[in-house]
Amino acid sequence: MTHPISHHLPAEVIASYAAGSLGQAYSLVVAAHVSMCDTCRAELAAQEAAGGVVLEAIGAASVSAGLLSRTLDRLDDPAPPEPAPPARNGVYPAPVMAALKGRLPKWKAVGGGVKQCVIGGDRDGISRLLFIPPGQAVPDHGHNGLELTLVLQGGFSDATGHFDVGDVEVADAALDHVPTADPGPPCIVVAATDAPLRFNTFLPRLLQPLFGI
Amino acid sequence: MTTDPKPDYSEQTQWMLRIRDQRDKRAFAQLFGFYAPRLKGFVMRAGAPAAQAEDIVQDVLLTVWRKAHMFDPARAQVSSWIYQIARNRQIDVIRKEARPVPEALAIDDETGEDPDGAEVMALEQETDRLRDALAKLAPAQREMIERAYLGELTHTEIRDATGLPLGTIKSRIRLGLDRLRHELKELR
Ligand SMILES: [Zn+2]
Repeated sequence: MTHPISHHLPAEVIASYAAGSLGQAYSLVVAAHVSMCDTCRAELAAQEAAGGVVLEAIGAASVSAGLLSRTLDRLDDPAPPEPAPPARNGVYPAPVMAALKGRLPKWKAVGGGVKQCVIGGDRDGISRLLFIPPGQAVPDHGHNGLELTLVLQGGFSDATGHFDVGDVEVADAALDHVPTADPGPPCIVVAATDAPLRFNTFLPRLLQPLFGI
Repeated sequence: MTTDPKPDYSEQTQWMLRIRDQRDKRAFAQLFGFYAPRLKGFVMRAGAPAAQAEDIVQDVLLTVWRKAHMFDPARAQVSSWIYQIARNRQIDVIRKEARPVPEALAIDDETGEDPDGAEVMALEQETDRLRDALAKLAPAQREMIERAYLGELTHTEIRDATGLPLGTIKSRIRLGLDRLRHELKELR
C-alpha cells in the first residue's frame, strides 16, 4: 500500500458480513476492502472471534449416535475438487475477479465517458464497477439505502471528502453527493447499492433496463 | 509448518494442532465431541431443521479436517475459525452461490515461521476475556449479541446491539498482521 487508507468500513457492516446477514452485493465490497486493508481485516477477525465465542456459548443440541462414526468414515474420502479462486488481477482484488468469473470487465457506456459493468446482484442489492474519466463527475445518482463505494484506481472527491485507492465511502439515502474523479488515471470503483442506481442526468429512466440496472 | 502443541494451549487448540500436524483422528474425535453439539445448536438456532443441521455439522467438521493446514492459532482461535466455516457453509446452502471472501494472506507453509507461542497465548487470553464479557451481559443484551452473530440482525440493528469489548483483541490481531506483513516482505 503506497498510502494509508483513511476511510474504512463501519464496524457494524463488518459484523454483519461476519455473521452472514449482509447481502451478496455489499459482501463483495467488504471482501474487496478487507483484501486491501489490514485495519478492517483485524476488525473482521475480532468480529469472527466474537462469533466463535457465541458459537461456543449457545446451547448445545445432542447429535445422533452414529454421526461421529459416519464422519470418521469419510475423513479419508478424496476431498471434493475445489477450483482455485481467481487471483488479484491489476487493480481488481481477488473477490472482484471472482465476481467477474476471472475475466476483466466488459464495460458499457452510460454517458459522459462513464462506463459501468454490473458484476453481481440479487434482490437485496446490486454491485457494479464504474469507470470515471479524470475530472468527470459521476452522474447524479439516487439510491434508496446504503451505498458502499470502494476505490480501486485513481480517486474521487465529493462534499464529504477525498477518496483514494483502498478508501471506501459509506453513503445513505440522505447523502446527495456528486463524486468527481481526480485528475490523473481514470477512477475505477466497485460500488454496491441496495436499489437500482439511477443515473438521473444522463439516462432516461426508460432506458435503465438496457443496462441491466 | 509444525508446532508441538504447547501444554498451556487450550484443549481445542491442542486438538486442532494434532489434526493439522499429525492428521490425528483421535484428536478429531475429541474436537467433534466438543464442537458437533454446539454447531448443531448454533445452526438450529439460525433456522436449520434438525436433519439438515446434522448435514451442515458434518460438512463443517469435514472441512475442518480437510483445510486444517490453513489453521493458524496465532491468527484465529479454533472457535473463530469454525464459526467462519459454519457461516460460509450456511450461506452457500441458503444462497446457492458462494459468498465473496477476502484475499487470503500469502503465507508460505514451508518457509513461514512457527507462530510465537506467546502470540497464540495472548489471543487465547483475549478470547477468554470476550467469553467472560458475554457471560456477564444482562440476559436481554446477551440475547441481542447472540442474534447478531447468528445473522438475525441487519447492520443498522447491530449498530445498536453493542456489548462485547472488541478493542483489545482487535489491536492484538492487528499487531500479528503487521508482523506477518513484515515477514512476507523479508521473504521476497
Ligand atoms: Zn479499512
